[in-house]
Amino acid sequence: MKVLKKGNEAIGEAAIRAGCRYFFGYPITPQNEIPEYMAKMLPSAGGVFLQAESELAAINMVYGAAAAGARVMTSSSGPGISLKQEGISFLAGAELPCLIVDVMRSGPGLGGILPSQADYFQATRGGGHGDYRTVVYAPASVQEMADLVGKSFETADRYRTPVLLAADGSLGQMMEQVEFPEPIDASSRDTSWAVGQGDGKSRKVLSSLNLDAKSMERHNLDLQAKYDKIKECETMAEHYYTEDAEAVLVAYGMAARICKGAVDELRAEGIRAGLLRPITLFPFPERELKEAVRNAGLALAVEMSLGQMVEDVRLAVGCILPVEFYGRTGGVVPTVKEISGVLKDLMKRGADK
Amino acid sequence: MTVVFDRPKSLTDKKFHYCPGCHHGIIHRLIAEVIDELGIQYRTILVGCVGCSVFITDYLDVDGVQSAHGRGPAVATGVKRTRPDHIVFTYQGDGDLAAIGTCEIVHAAARSENITVIFVNNTTYGMTGGQMAPTTVVGQVTTTTPEGRDARRCGYPVRISEMLATLEGARFIQRVAVFDPKMVREARKAILKAFKNQMDGVGFSLVEVLSACPTNWGIKPTESADWIRENMLPIFPLGVFKDVQPDVSGQALSGQAAPGAAGERG
Amino acid sequence: MNRVTFNKELCKGCGLCVQACPKKILRLGDSINSMAYNYAVITDMEACIGCASCAMMCPDTVIKVEKEVDDE
Repeated sequence: MKVLKKGNEAIGEAAIRAGCRYFFGYPITPQNEIPEYMAKMLPSAGGVFLQAESELAAINMVYGAAAAGARVMTSSSGPGISLKQEGISFLAGAELPCLIVDVMRSGPGLGGILPSQADYFQATRGGGHGDYRTVVYAPASVQEMADLVGKSFETADRYRTPVLLAADGSLGQMMEQVEFPEPIDASSRDTSWAVGQGDGKSRKVLSSLNLDAKSMERHNLDLQAKYDKIKECETMAEHYYTEDAEAVLVAYGMAARICKGAVDELRAEGIRAGLLRPITLFPFPERELKEAVRNAGLALAVEMSLGQMVEDVRLAVGCILPVEFYGRTGGVVPTVKEISGVLKDLMKRGADK
Repeated sequence: MTVVFDRPKSLTDKKFHYCPGCHHGIIHRLIAEVIDELGIQYRTILVGCVGCSVFITDYLDVDGVQSAHGRGPAVATGVKRTRPDHIVFTYQGDGDLAAIGTCEIVHAAARSENITVIFVNNTTYGMTGGQMAPTTVVGQVTTTTPEGRDARRCGYPVRISEMLATLEGARFIQRVAVFDPKMVREARKAILKAFKNQMDGVGFSLVEVLSACPTNWGIKPTESADWIRENMLPIFPLGVFKDVQPDVSGQALSGQAAPGAAGERG
Repeated sequence: MNRVTFNKELCKGCGLCVQACPKKILRLGDSINSMAYNYAVITDMEACIGCASCAMMCPDTVIKVEKEVDDE
């Protein structure tokens, strides 16, 4: 049954249905609906909601709960995610599963409360210290906000790793139809590695501390092998009219929705435009992107930032075709007309050359 | 022959790496004795923090979770809320608890989180070589106060026990020392109570243990008792700063067990 | 006679037991262990009253204390 739901609330509802029973968070615009929803709904679902004293405290509560085997999450926006970086590194190092939701606002610094996609580097490159990666899912609709929450928890468990869901502020605020999955019972998850088994059989210590160089290198190599497996098995992207595309837009989240409108408008004018929409930002869909541009002469990365994902586009296909960039930031949302206009200009300039 | 004193069961076989005369070894042993006495070895979860005692999860034979510097009370909150049937405690030094971790300890106490905190105060950042700590006393020479702590520039030491005792959620706060056998016996009693409180669902309990760091104080281990008497006791007096039981309305009442309190927090 | 046993390989020669002993029958010995510390030894086992002050002060769980039980 489809219901009308606000993006942020859809995250909360989907998390509860996915068996999440622990939420630790802190107020920050534009994601306050998430802790508020969890405060209202989680206790009656038999879960624990706690507003922490800071985002830093919250991610550490998540760490503790994850260590004890909980299906647990937190949510925040850019400035709060900055505070969580230490905790995320610790979660990655100790190999603990959890979901971190980033509802992105403009920055840097205190920034603004309007949407942006300027946390891409922070989300995909770590931001925390050490050789680790965070799996990042980027929804582009309220339905996807709901679907990717369940997927995030599954991926987190499968690989024992923290997962970040990156949605810009507009997705958090918008209301769309969504069909929620049936609630699942997450109590049968394998948490035999967690502390607090209480059976006196074997002591469990969860830590990311290791002072022995060779052993630490081994641990890091194991983590990298895990990320390689994730790349192989969990990459997700959407092709939109890329089969015969002569120009390919690359965008995610809200920017991708607008780009779809641009593709439609351009196609109506006879231009064979297409869109490759990454759904996982890490792992970045290099293979899917290479496939999308196979007939194209131009790629245009479109972001609500001044150019972060475009670097991954260049890394993947920059040697195959020219990669251009268009972005708006500060909370400004680009329009369909702007994007089609930019692409047409670029194609004309390319043709003139 | 009866054994009147032996190594407690809840210690692992690993040799302590601490300096000669460091009081961490005494405090670790007291905790292990208490865990043995209460029979809670298999349902205790230790949140290890950062300092000389960062390896404590190697020494205590209980489940362990390694926390980032200062974050122990938040990590312990996450663990305890997930496993309320387990006994969860943090072991924190003065840099960890009173500098970087001030926010987390205050709020764990304010929430009356039903955890136990063992706070080891030796007035210095031992692990990193003896820098000034929030509990360094005025005039004390450290590697970052080479002329002695100057109150005009670096302020005054922080009295954590007194401060936390002002919070309604703090149920049991006692400051003890371990520099002679009589003190050690008193410290053991306090630690026992702090763990027992958690089992009875009383709420946030903290024991501050004045502890020696002969290496960074530049003295012999056998001189540390006098050092603590002269330099620490005047600033950090021993005693019980809070000892209350919760009542049904949530308001603290002295010495009265609330009906249902034992089952509430687990 | 009461008995104190020292696990000498754990001893770091800190001297806290020597300081704590009310009968003053402990001292840091002349031999060293594998950590090169002069480990603590008892000079007069018969004078030991089994108070365990030494063991209580020891930061390294070196000392085990046993008391003689009267046979009734």
